[in-house]
Amino acid sequence: MRTKNLLLGDEALALGALHAGLTGVYAYPGTPSTEITEFIQQHPLAKERNVHSDWCVNEKTAMEAALGVSFSGKRALVCMKHVGINVCADAFVNSGMTGANGGLVVVACDDPSMHSSQNEQDSRFYADFAMIPCFEPSSQQETYEMVREAYDFSERNRIPVLMRLTTRMAHSRAVVETGDVRNENELHFPENERQWVLLPANAKVRNVQLIKDYASFEEQAETMGFNRYIDGADKSMGIIACGIAYNYLMENYPNGCPYPVLKVSQYPLPTAMVRRLAGECKTLLVLEEGQPLIERRLKGFLDTPVEIKGRLDGTLPRTGELTPDCVRVALQLPELEKNAPSQVTVPRPPALCQGCGHRDFYTALNNVIHTYPTARVFSDIGCYTLGWLAPFHAFHTCVEMGASLTMSIGAANSGVHPSVAVIGDSTFTHSGMTGLLDAVNSNANITLCISDNLTTGMTGGQDSAGTGRLESICCGLGVAPEHVRVIIPLPKNYEEMEKVIREEIEYKGVSVIIARRECIQTAKRHAAQNKK
Amino acid sequence: MKQDIILCGVGGQGILSIATVIGWAALDQNLYLKQAEVHGMSQRGGDVQSNLRLSSAPINSDLIPLGSCDLIVSLEPMEALRYLPYLSPTGWIITNSTPFINIPNYPDMEAVNGELNKVKNLINIDVDAIAKEVKSPRSANMVLLGATAAVLNMLEPDKLREGITQVFMRKGQAIVDTNIAAFNAGLEYAQKHTLK
Repeated sequence: MRTKNLLLGDEALALGALHAGLTGVYAYPGTPSTEITEFIQQHPLAKERNVHSDWCVNEKTAMEAALGVSFSGKRALVCMKHVGINVCADAFVNSGMTGANGGLVVVACDDPSMHSSQNEQDSRFYADFAMIPCFEPSSQQETYEMVREAYDFSERNRIPVLMRLTTRMAHSRAVVETGDVRNENELHFPENERQWVLLPANAKVRNVQLIKDYASFEEQAETMGFNRYIDGADKSMGIIACGIAYNYLMENYPNGCPYPVLKVSQYPLPTAMVRRLAGECKTLLVLEEGQPLIERRLKGFLDTPVEIKGRLDGTLPRTGELTPDCVRVALQLPELEKNAPSQVTVPRPPALCQGCGHRDFYTALNNVIHTYPTARVFSDIGCYTLGWLAPFHAFHTCVEMGASLTMSIGAANSGVHPSVAVIGDSTFTHSGMTGLLDAVNSNANITLCISDNLTTGMTGGQDSAGTGRLESICCGLGVAPEHVRVIIPLPKNYEEMEKVIREEIEYKGVSVIIARRECIQTAKRHAAQNKK
Repeated sequence: MKQDIILCGVGGQGILSIATVIGWAALDQNLYLKQAEVHGMSQRGGDVQSNLRLSSAPINSDLIPLGSCDLIVSLEPMEALRYLPYLSPTGWIITNSTPFINIPNYPDMEAVNGELNKVKNLINIDVDAIAKEVKSPRSANMVLLGATAAVLNMLEPDKLREGITQVFMRKGQAIVDTNIAAFNAGLEYAQKHTLK
């Protein structure tokens, strides 16, 4: 039975995967990908079938667990934000080498314009060099349908598949008509066992095979129907529109586009279709959400007979997400009549919630740190990154998950004192624990502060992998128990907190301060649940 | 027929429940709909907005182009002004008149109201006061939805009331009733004070 639902792109993907016969979803929360896993966690079909959906410690453990599902012949989904693919890159790239047995779909949600991220990296590049096919839907309905096709492609070709969403697809709702529900696969093991043992002797054989298969992936990209050549009468320009860029193009031509258009939603790039377009048109305009992957490849650096326009020549902005407006400019259509921006509005940056424990921790830390002019504080990814803004200005660096701790080791090795790391509880278990072992092994003179709000706060309050076990984890990694201190970040405790922070800064060696108080957002939610 | 709406305010004010009600009614009426939301870091007390597009024909872009938004619906007056370049020359601003001041450099209210009053089609309404008047102090966003219903031609007020019932039903009949009362008060205010 077909039913209509109002779904986010993320939710359409989740439902598509469930209906395609999913056995497990493996993920670490990250905007804009979090809602995929949350949707599956709440869905009755997932509960009925006992689909695995617990959060993973990080994207690498997620990718590897999913590879294990695929090896066992069943279907797995891995979800992450774009920078998560850096964390699981080793597993992801090598999954191209092992190939897949049960269908394996990896979802990367890119965040052009950096609404909630530290960079604009485009996950299509990973698919390209790992020789893994990539699907990039342009609507919520297409997302739902494409997931099942991606599983079928994965099983037919014995290869993992990357699905790339961007923020405006992941976090936009539309009506989605859903189809039938398929069963999970039965347990069955790979036919070619050698392929899963990546000893050089086996990997060399597999590499040659993968390159051969890649030609067939491209042929399928020409014929599966996600890439479409839509002819137009005006051959002065041909347009390549990838993913949701196609929507912005058509928004500007409500009565149909006058130019030939190649709509691209599946990679490897269908080169025969591109050749046809280039052969028929005088110029090419490339509309890509994210970085200029196709444009750069077409353009190269030698002159081409066809002029190629896009992000590299300034026809479109070099950075930031596409909008119907910047696409309109690129199409040289007249501007719509519009108001000037208001002269009185001022920016309203996000801030730590009133009453948040990170606030009280930063206040106490600042009071101590300001008495040490040489102190440097290395922070990390999470709500507490907002502590860089006024009024706290509480740290000097924030780079990527886990870098606080390990950068503080390098700084201490270079003679910085006090060298203080600030990390959240979930970020600590994601990518801090191995760094702490480094610190212990070299007895680095650092003070690690874990601001523990008992949840993964920034993404909306998902479970945190180490809740209730942080002290034993730190002691287990070798930190002296007397230098694992717990404080409760509240204004009434400032004196005690500052005393502990000062003592541990003065201790020559690895110390850990856990500032523990529940996130006020999850505390409110728990209080409301208890009332019922 | 189409109506493009920008819903805006400050993170935590409740613009998404307005969107949920409109979404339910649109789905029920078999309209096409696209609604781009903001999640993640910007929700923490910063400015938030959602692009909501309703149409009787398929919709292409998830984002509303500049100069073509029909309704700016804002829970905060300065936030309404942030999206002025998106407003169509015939578009409406429906905004809460009470500022949400969580920044040190919030502009002078006279200047904010001065710019708002330059907009031809304006419904400037104290949703918090009206919500209190009808004993629904926590339903200020439904007062704003009620005021919006006066100019939301794509959906009948009755359909929106049905949407409110559907969306809030799991919280009990009392919550449904206060939200409907808030919606009605907003609609009545907009019809009486603003529309000729």
